[in-house]
Amino acid sequence: MPTKPAPATDLAPDTVPDTAETRSTVRALLRLWPYVRPVRTRLGAAAVIAILASCVGLVIPLVLKWMVDGPVADRDPAGVWLGALYLLLLGLAEALLFGFRRWLVARPLAGVEAGMRADLYRHLQRLPVAFHDRWASGQLLSRGTTDLMLLRMFLAFPLTFLLVNGVTILVGVGIMLVQDWTLGLVILGPAIPVMITCGIFEKKYSAVARRAQDQVGDLTTVVEESVLGIRIIKGFGRHRSQARAFHELSHTLRGTELRKARLLAAIWAVIVTLPEVAIGAALVVGAVQVADGALSAGTLVAFLSTALALRWPVESIGFLLAMSQEAATATDRYFEVMDAEVEADPAAGSRAAGAMGVPPLERSREWGRVGAAAPSSEQRAVPEVGTNAVELQGLRFEHVLFRYPDAAPDSPPLLTDVDLHIRSGESMALVGATGSGKTTLTALVPRLHEVTEGRITLDGEDITALSREELRSMVAVAFEEPTLFSATVGENVLMGAGAGAGEEELDRALAVAQADFAHALPEGTGTQVGEQGLSLSGGQRQRLALARAVVGRPRFLVLDDPLSALDVHTEAAVEAALRQVLADTTALIVAHRPSTVLLADRVALLSEGRIAAVGTHHELLRTSPEYAHLMSGLDKPGDAEGPQERDGR
Amino acid sequence: MTAPTATAPDREQPEDPEPGDLAEAASGAVAADDAFDQDVLPSPPGATGALLRSLLAPMKARVALTVFLLLLQQAAVQAGPLLVAYAIDHAVPALRDDDHGPLIAVGAGYLLCSLAAGGLQYAFIAAAARVSQDVLLDLRGRIFRHAQALSVDFHERYTSGRLISRSTTDVESLRELLDEGLQELVTVILSFVYIAALLLWLDLGLGAVAVASFVPLYALVRLYQRRAGRVYRKRSTAIASVIVKFVETMNGIRPVRAFRREAANDADFAVLNHRHERTNGDALLEMARYVVGSRLVANTAVAGIVLWGAYRVADGTLALGVLAAAVLYLRRLYDPIDRLGMFLNSYQSAAASLEKIAGLLAQTPSVPEPSAPKELPPLESEHPGREVVFDSVSFGYRTGGEVLPRFELTLPAGQTVAVVGSTGAGKSTLAKLLARFYDPSAGRVLLDGTDLRELAVPELRRGVVMVTQEAFLFSGTVADNIAIGRPEATREEIERAAKAIGAHDFIAALPDGYDTDVRKRGGRISAGQRQLVAFARALLADPAVLILDEATSSLDIPGERAVQRAMATVLKGRTAVVIAHRLSTVEIADRVLVMEHGRIVEDGAPDELIAGTGRFADLHRAWRDSLA
Repeated sequence: MPTKPAPATDLAPDTVPDTAETRSTVRALLRLWPYVRPVRTRLGAAAVIAILASCVGLVIPLVLKWMVDGPVADRDPAGVWLGALYLLLLGLAEALLFGFRRWLVARPLAGVEAGMRADLYRHLQRLPVAFHDRWASGQLLSRGTTDLMLLRMFLAFPLTFLLVNGVTILVGVGIMLVQDWTLGLVILGPAIPVMITCGIFEKKYSAVARRAQDQVGDLTTVVEESVLGIRIIKGFGRHRSQARAFHELSHTLRGTELRKARLLAAIWAVIVTLPEVAIGAALVVGAVQVADGALSAGTLVAFLSTALALRWPVESIGFLLAMSQEAATATDRYFEVMDAEVEADPAAGSRAAGAMGVPPLERSREWGRVGAAAPSSEQRAVPEVGTNAVELQGLRFEHVLFRYPDAAPDSPPLLTDVDLHIRSGESMALVGATGSGKTTLTALVPRLHEVTEGRITLDGEDITALSREELRSMVAVAFEEPTLFSATVGENVLMGAGAGAGEEELDRALAVAQADFAHALPEGTGTQVGEQGLSLSGGQRQRLALARAVVGRPRFLVLDDPLSALDVHTEAAVEAALRQVLADTTALIVAHRPSTVLLADRVALLSEGRIAAVGTHHELLRTSPEYAHLMSGLDKPGDAEGPQERDGR
Repeated sequence: MTAPTATAPDREQPEDPEPGDLAEAASGAVAADDAFDQDVLPSPPGATGALLRSLLAPMKARVALTVFLLLLQQAAVQAGPLLVAYAIDHAVPALRDDDHGPLIAVGAGYLLCSLAAGGLQYAFIAAAARVSQDVLLDLRGRIFRHAQALSVDFHERYTSGRLISRSTTDVESLRELLDEGLQELVTVILSFVYIAALLLWLDLGLGAVAVASFVPLYALVRLYQRRAGRVYRKRSTAIASVIVKFVETMNGIRPVRAFRREAANDADFAVLNHRHERTNGDALLEMARYVVGSRLVANTAVAGIVLWGAYRVADGTLALGVLAAAVLYLRRLYDPIDRLGMFLNSYQSAAASLEKIAGLLAQTPSVPEPSAPKELPPLESEHPGREVVFDSVSFGYRTGGEVLPRFELTLPAGQTVAVVGSTGAGKSTLAKLLARFYDPSAGRVLLDGTDLRELAVPELRRGVVMVTQEAFLFSGTVADNIAIGRPEATREEIERAAKAIGAHDFIAALPDGYDTDVRKRGGRISAGQRQLVAFARALLADPAVLILDEATSSLDIPGERAVQRAMATVLKGRTAVVIAHRLSTVEIADRVLVMEHGRIVEDGAPDELIAGTGRFADLHRAWRDSLA
């Protein structure tokens, strides 16, 4: 609980490079090219049109000059009409060109944004789970929404208008120089000081802007936590200290924002004042020239209105650059995610595709029988390939060593040397102390994490030789935290099955998981659940997640403490039904309780990163003091005191 | 961040009331009749306006100053063409008569105006930022404090996502309105008024024509407002579904991967994304139409006015300089039209956000703090526990439906009471009444004779602390997280609490021990370990009454034993209420309450009930069987 304000650091993980320092704005933005390429013609055409439109805007003062010096001075009505007609036509052209430009880019740019978002989503779905462990979903979301919106705006506006305004300024300056080169030079005077100021501003501003972003992130964290942890805050009466932390952070943010505003104010002041002073000087010089007869009044009017027309392009450069800077940061943020490597799959897919030809259920039944007939000696040595088919069947962990990819490479691994063979058709309970790595071990089977060393085989086949798609079609998982998606109950459960599964499979799975309450929901199994639907209790969700794991009759089943939220009666009923399922399936079940352990044929004890013992529940109770301790709460031998144990049997 | 003077011939809208969209999204469009589900909390009519007024009220003077600065700044900026006219019509002829005075005056005037324009610009932006930041600070604080004051009951129905988006994206959209929108509006109105007045002063006829051209422009703005409003609403719904899908996928990435949902999700997402793309394009096109329309009207008006003006110069009824100035002003007159569209955008999105915020702030805390708090009486015996009495208590949610019918219950000081029963029997509600997460609909909950409603929060939490199933960790170190129980605790006290509950070993094994940041590298803490941290918190808080609501569900048996041991030693003598599926808890209980349909159906010592034939005896038998 941050009773003191957290340091202003980006919440994104530590892998984030020092982007602002190391990459130039231009180089960052160039990475957008592949997405812009398909719409380059339209974007280019739009830029040309915008330049045309701006030039039309610049020509209008020239027509005015022509009217004042010509028809008006000569009292020539026909000439006046002609001039007005020109003005009207130019005005129409300007309006239509601007509209045309917007029309040209509207749909393509919406398309670019959508395309980048779809790519981000696709990429994120395929990044390793370890990546998602480190990145808060909010950080990812802001990349998929606000950052992409910034990029679209950049493509629509600053990209085009840096070019357009540049050209406009050049043309305008050209026109002014041609009309009167001394006045033109006067106007050009402040160009260099303005540019220098912009450069200095740019650096300072981007540093402050980044700091403000980070502070907003910190503030959001406090808000988020104070909402998610509301019961703890209320339960301990700590809302005052939470409010204090929030107050301090929001004050810091206000200070940063004010600093940002002052910088912005300063640059605006410079950008407003200097060109205006130059125009004033030009006016004085021009007036002298007109008095001397060296310059016509019409030329002076035209000159000044050109100068005034250029004021906007000049002033806009400042904020166009600021917007480009933000777009560059957004691009960096986007590619931070897109550059993360997706999990590569071996090219080999054909092999297992053949195996998939046989319906999973039949195969597992078949193998179940083989497995049951197998000799029950515990094999520790890695068998030679092809020596003994039975030894290869089932799920094997061979010298598995695992350390989280983000842990320091010299830190002790979480799993040091796991050797375990779950025979085909057998179910194995996995027991271990809190924090011993049980959940981590189960995550290795469907390759949610990759083993650091050693290997895991399914029926003799190394899981890294299978594509993840195949692997995960063979292994079904129920997680400790049951997640339901915004979909109907039926869809949520049938996610675990192949495409052909229907009502029959659904009903069977619901029955196994004792989730028949689903039929009693307002719209039965068609009831919407998840974030946007009916909220179910923890126990109900757990049972649906279990149904999802068993609906596809998978050959391999991994259950992580699947019954923790169930009350005693329900638990017993689920266990009875699960035994039926487990008879055909090779299963690994994480268990905390004797009742769950008894679902399994054998138990493996995970301790200090390795499998310390394997055997039946009763064997281990006798032979392993640690196991007995975990299952009964009896103190380990040597511990004197402790409450009287009654349920060990 | 645009200068008030900037003329923007084709300025892109920094449009996108996206913050509002995000807010919308987080709220998740739900098809249900409940106001909570639809995210439209009732607020009294005019609450949005009242909220905005109350935010601005304390800084009336500064708002006035800001507007005044802008007024002066515009005056300085708009003086330019006037000086041009004066230079051509007066200074030039004077110069020809060798009178340098008027020209020097023009030069000095122009210089002065430029400097004033720049300086005032600085002052205005700085002042406006102060106002806007202070309003935001105030609003953020209000939302935060209010959300914290609202009851758990409220939080259970108003999802966390909505609350987060209220205080982030919705505040952000108000910020956009304050930073850019209002400045735009004031600038636009000011320059309209100034320029129209100047034109009328320069020449009544030309000015009148210019003012008349506002009529079609106004019609255009209204049309745009209507059409764009429709498109924006559609777009905000579209982005909402995109966001919901996105967040759901990322939060559920493990099942997504394990059940190979990637391709199916890609397809679902593509549909939602495409819908947003369409409406987004529609919105951009709507803006394009508005720009074309307004430009057409403006340019036609300019051509017309110039034609008429030129005729009158030819007649000699209009000075050439006046025409020149009028033309310069005319171009400026129409420049802000595009920006009006921009303002309308940010206004619409801010109004929607403010409405939602006002709805949230209009919720009254159902568990208010006492106005005249009382203190608990000093402990009578050497036992630290206190007596709890439910005095004719009944409870029902405000939405209706009685959860707990009227009942009486007394828990003597120091007693450990187990509450059992199936899901929905009312066990948690009983616990929440005792923890004062809810107030009873009728009756009183007394702690040593004092109504819980009369205790100030710190006093209440010295009396009652509740540990729940969800063991949330705040960002910060492990020690910080334990210290929530008692912020002034020393490191020794924190470690003692951790040791008492058996959490010390795993904490010591973390990379930085007690100083390990739970959100950083190597800070992975399992569900069971989180529950141990939550217990250490409760031990440190050392309350008179401890409530454990399913607080051991993720613990293994040794963990559960450690908790029981701690209760028997460290927490000895406290009054304790324990709710658990696992009947192992019962072994340390002095008394068992069996609940069903909101009623206490059995009440007695564990052995007594087990020996009987009631529900508890059944439950206990089933549980013993499950232990094998």
